[in-house]
Amino acid sequence: MSLSVDIEKRLGDFRLRACFECESGVTGLLGPSGCGKSMTLKCIAGIERPDRGRIELDGRVLFDAERRIDLKPQERRVGYLFQNYALFPNMTVRQNLACGLHRERDGARREAALDEALAMFQLRGLERHRPCQLSGGQQQRVALARVLVNRPELLLLDEPFSALDAHLRLKLQISMLGVLRNYARPALLVTHDRNEAYRMCDAIAVMSDGVANQPVDTKALFANPGTVAAAALTGCKNITPAKRVGENRLYAPEWGVTLQTSLPVPDDVTHVGIRAHYFGQKVEPNRFPVEFVGGMEEPFEWVLEFRYAGQQPGSPPLWWRIPKEKRPQQLPDALGIAPVNVLPLRGKG
Amino acid sequence: MLSQLATTDWFPLFNSLRIAAIASVLVFFMGIGCAYWAAKLPRAIKGALDVVLTLPLVLPPTVCGYLLLMLVGVRRPLGALLDKAGIRFVMTWQGGVLAAVAVAFPLMYRTARGAFQAFDETLSWSGQTLGLSNAYIFWRIRMPACKQGILAGFVLAFARALGEYGATSMLTGYTPGRTATVSTTVYQLYRTGDDAGALMWVLVNLAISAVVLLAVNLLEGRQKRAVVR
Repeated sequence: MSLSVDIEKRLGDFRLRACFECESGVTGLLGPSGCGKSMTLKCIAGIERPDRGRIELDGRVLFDAERRIDLKPQERRVGYLFQNYALFPNMTVRQNLACGLHRERDGARREAALDEALAMFQLRGLERHRPCQLSGGQQQRVALARVLVNRPELLLLDEPFSALDAHLRLKLQISMLGVLRNYARPALLVTHDRNEAYRMCDAIAVMSDGVANQPVDTKALFANPGTVAAAALTGCKNITPAKRVGENRLYAPEWGVTLQTSLPVPDDVTHVGIRAHYFGQKVEPNRFPVEFVGGMEEPFEWVLEFRYAGQQPGSPPLWWRIPKEKRPQQLPDALGIAPVNVLPLRGKG
Repeated sequence: MLSQLATTDWFPLFNSLRIAAIASVLVFFMGIGCAYWAAKLPRAIKGALDVVLTLPLVLPPTVCGYLLLMLVGVRRPLGALLDKAGIRFVMTWQGGVLAAVAVAFPLMYRTARGAFQAFDETLSWSGQTLGLSNAYIFWRIRMPACKQGILAGFVLAFARALGEYGATSMLTGYTPGRTATVSTTVYQLYRTGDDAGALMWVLVNLAISAVVLLAVNLLEGRQKRAVVR
């Protein structure tokens, strides 16, 4: 059970290049808006046609430019949950679900499957409602139920939570996780939200400027993003140019410090990243004098801005995030960072 | 007036309704078909096609009639061919249908195209990924979503076909009992000095227009209620 994608598509100046494989479980496509995430999903579903390449699902060729294979969306058996849910506005909830069950010719069995889905997605009592009468969460449940009763062999989820408020989003993420665990087929989730990606995905493929790379285990990606784009997308706030000065040593000219790393520093390193959470007052390695220049209070944390003593004037300050109860009365005059939390990064910009 | 009603030959009314009904049904399918097809074309071709398909709307109807005569006149190649097949558009009521189709088509085409452009394409995509046939998606999802615009286009096209005068008179002339329509009759009676007769047909015309507008309002009201419900 696997999906293999290797495609290219040109759209004016924009060039999409997606090359990855994924297995059962939830794989995230994490990238900023406009980086080609949705276009990738559309190519897999057969809504858009790539210029070049090949898409294969469980050994079944969905698209192959060289062999001129291009299955219609109807023949691909790929479920697509759209960002706006795309419920048919002229139909009731029941009729919408029936559209997902249209392959079932036996009327009694179709009704049974419909009732089962209504119960499973807590839609009983809403059968005769139209989409416009439902809340955002209910609409999402109808859309997901409609896709799943259709028994797709691959599930594509296009920013399914972006239309919901924060509280509802969390609730629905938890319930969708339960549904996806039972699904036992590959699912691709497109998102620009690193928390959502971390919560929902077993592996994550980072996408930037139209290029999608091989998915990496979620925890491994957050521990070692590897590229500037991945570090920024996974929420690393302190990124600066850096030079390799040893097997485990980096020099950051803007910050005016030389940092020890646990991860080996690759030859083509261009930047270094430090997550705002990982500075410590008492941490000994990589400890340098700092000067605090600003701060912002959040519900449960403080975001403190500081500069290294030898930092280049004009370069942006660093961020330190600290839980409120741990914030010292007297701000420290030096901060350290464990070598394991110093991230060597490659990539432009 | 009453005595006039009894002695009036009602053929023009029947003929007008017959022409408008047939023409608007033809225009309904042609307009929707062209609008759907045009929406998929590249922008440059779409623009050119738009000009050609909308031309009859801005051309004087007499010019349309002239062009139609050039096309289907009995001495023209196409007209001669049709004549051999037993189809004549000149001086027949079928010519009235042709003229009405030509002038009413752009109204249907443009309103349908506007409705299709406003359609949320993700609905069609989600139907496709669910495995629904393109025909099902078109008739059961796209058309209901565009119902209001398409209905408005249909009513406009019907009204235009019913009131057609210029192209019709060029193509079919005025033969009582054969090609006379309400609008050509009004002109004919006025021209021959039968003011009372002309006035009566004017009143008939007003009555028909009132019924059409009433129908539009009723349809719109029902549409609004359907949305609220």
